[in-house]
Amino acid sequence: MMTLRWRTNPFEALEHGVNRLLGDFNGRTTSPELAAAYPQVNIWEDEQNLYAEAELPGMQLDKIDVFVTENNQITIQGERQPEQMEGTWLRRERGYGKFGRAIELPYDVQADKVEARYEHGVLRLKLPKAEHVKPRRITVKSE
Amino acid sequence: MNSVTETNVRPQTETNGNRLYFSPRVDVLETGDALVFLADVPGAKPDQADVQFHNGELVIHCRCDQAEPRDYAQHAFDTGDYYRAFTINENVDPDHISAELKNGVLTVRVPKAEEAKPRKITVKSE
Repeated sequence: MMTLRWRTNPFEALEHGVNRLLGDFNGRTTSPELAAAYPQVNIWEDEQNLYAEAELPGMQLDKIDVFVTENNQITIQGERQPEQMEGTWLRRERGYGKFGRAIELPYDVQADKVEARYEHGVLRLKLPKAEHVKPRRITVKSE
Repeated sequence: MNSVTETNVRPQTETNGNRLYFSPRVDVLETGDALVFLADVPGAKPDQADVQFHNGELVIHCRCDQAEPRDYAQHAFDTGDYYRAFTINENVDPDHISAELKNGVLTVRVPKAEEAKPRKITVKSE
């Protein structure tokens, strides 16, 4: 069986350059084929609620926007300001600028009951599940 | 010569256990009278942040509460401790190092020693 292999990818240099430019804000390695999304978001659940957390260090509250659309999608966007300090930068690793991300949730939530907190550089959301999504217990009767 | 270089050391903790360590992103700014280190450490609380300076080495170590077991729908990142060390190749004033943690950003200000500050020389004329 003959295998066909590409010996050189003519776009390799371009991909590498673009991946570097779109690199991960938080310094974590991600798959090189994907441009990393910022912020990274964890989503988990219990019976009543969905929860989300995102690492967003160094933000001012009025520069973070959180939206819930269609009851099952959250959008986190904002802008991180660069440090206003005078001097010579010996090392510059942290990112700044505008960012935005839309994430689809696994269930519908009650948009008007969503709570959001920003503490210690972490944005935390509590999203109560919509009633029709919560498991309903059926009583089993017997004769 | 670089004023600040990174030291590649493993964190030494009394009980290492299964703690996850991350290297936080750090900016370093040199002003006229200080070196300022800015580290992104989201999730770290001020009473869990440990900043030490010893023998020319600045060590930043923040413990973070590990998350409780969760039923994840999407698991993009883990919470872990932050650790990073830098060697400072300049004369500094260790007694006046200050640190502040706000909104997940740790700012450490290391003042230069008096003789390291740029000194302006007055040029006299006849």
